[in-house]
Amino acid sequence: MSNRMSYFCSTIGRKQLIGLTGIGLSLFVLTHMLGNLLIFVGPEAYNKYSHALVSNPAIYIAEAGLLLIFVVHLLLASFINLKNRFSRPQKYAVASSGPKKTTWIQKTLWHQGIIILVFLILHLITFKFGTEYLVAYDGKEIRDIFILVRMAFEDPKYVIWYIFSLIILGLHLHHGLASSIKTLGFNHPKYEPKVNCIAKAYAWTVSIGFITQPLYFYFFYKG
Amino acid sequence: MAGSSKQTLKLNLKIWRQEGPNEKGHFMEHKAEDISPDMSFLEMIDVVNQQLIKKGERPIEFDHDCREGICGMCSMVINGNPHGPEKATTTCQLHMRKFKDGDSIVIEPFRAKAFPVVRDLVVDRSSFDRVIESGGYISVNTGNAQDANTLPVRKENADLAFEAATCIGCGACVAACKNASASLFVSAKLAHLNLLPQGQVEAEDRVLNMVAQMDEEGFGACTNTGACSAACPKEIKLENIAKMNSSYAKAKMKSRS
Repeated sequence: MSNRMSYFCSTIGRKQLIGLTGIGLSLFVLTHMLGNLLIFVGPEAYNKYSHALVSNPAIYIAEAGLLLIFVVHLLLASFINLKNRFSRPQKYAVASSGPKKTTWIQKTLWHQGIIILVFLILHLITFKFGTEYLVAYDGKEIRDIFILVRMAFEDPKYVIWYIFSLIILGLHLHHGLASSIKTLGFNHPKYEPKVNCIAKAYAWTVSIGFITQPLYFYFFYKG
Repeated sequence: MAGSSKQTLKLNLKIWRQEGPNEKGHFMEHKAEDISPDMSFLEMIDVVNQQLIKKGERPIEFDHDCREGICGMCSMVINGNPHGPEKATTTCQLHMRKFKDGDSIVIEPFRAKAFPVVRDLVVDRSSFDRVIESGGYISVNTGNAQDANTLPVRKENADLAFEAATCIGCGACVAACKNASASLFVSAKLAHLNLLPQGQVEAEDRVLNMVAQMDEEGFGACTNTGACSAACPKEIKLENIAKMNSSYAKAKMKSRS
């Protein structure tokens, strides 16, 4: 039969890969957010944590893996988005309403992804590849990432952009995470409401966890 | 007539008119007058058509057949909603009492690449037929009707298969989906057959072939928005799609070709 297309060419296969990579990225943002919370402990804890991460040789493997997951997620999602547009060449004149409505959060998942991509690039330029200030603890010099963060969040424009982007990340996970779980084949009537609830709580925990940082520095931090 | 509402409705209709599959379509305004609230939506269009015919104009073409909500022929998008605003209702079962006098109603055909417009509100849904041809059947000879309970079926599976089998293939799921995905339709057909013992033999080939055909027809991808299930006149459950997704992945893994 000619119907034996490859799993990776099928819409379901691609969606499942988007879901799997999405879940991988969700785990990454959670650990990143939790690590960031060390900023409330103090500059030393934060800088030492950061140093421990970047000085570990496994970081290169982890970063390469993360990049791969991100690229797969982005490319497949873009491809699927394009296919979806072709699937309805002529749009409706009137949008659906009432119980048959699709929410704007669900409709703009790809656009959210693009904003997150732009944010990510700027974020890497600002922090990872930003100015290298140094600080010495116990006679050992390591990178002072804390001061870089503090300086970045002194600029109200950057604070607003950061908070906006993180709200977008929250929205992206709000639908994306719960949907990924269904795409991977889990939708049991007994567990579905709870799974949905946990996925949404996860999304906003990550988003709000990140947002506490600029708010802390801009409004509360006193040298 | 006894029991019928007294007041008739006057409505402003904006209806998609298109001469043929390759013609450019446009919206045209039509007035519907003296519409009884007891009429169905299709009967309302019948009245408008009668007036158009009297004036020597081309009537509005739309699909319909049984007019009792079981055939799945009526297919139109009413104010952005496939089969109109009501839940679990086909267009033919939608009554004019759900509208108010003076309402403006925009009527469009189902929009999807896989459902090309034939004329006005009529779309070609033979892509669904081809999906069914690719695996929506069983080849096992089931013989004559057997005695009850000679073939044990778990009650829960029988109920779920029956629920899925209520899909009338109208295509409202595709029309409602932001991506014009046919996942709800295909997954309902798969659940209907794969949950029963007679469907087991071909279960894996069925999911592989039907999903492949679904993709070939140019339907979009499922994003689990649930709009399909909400628009479904038979309220086919979204969970069928997850079942299709997992059985597709499993069948793909096991497949030797």
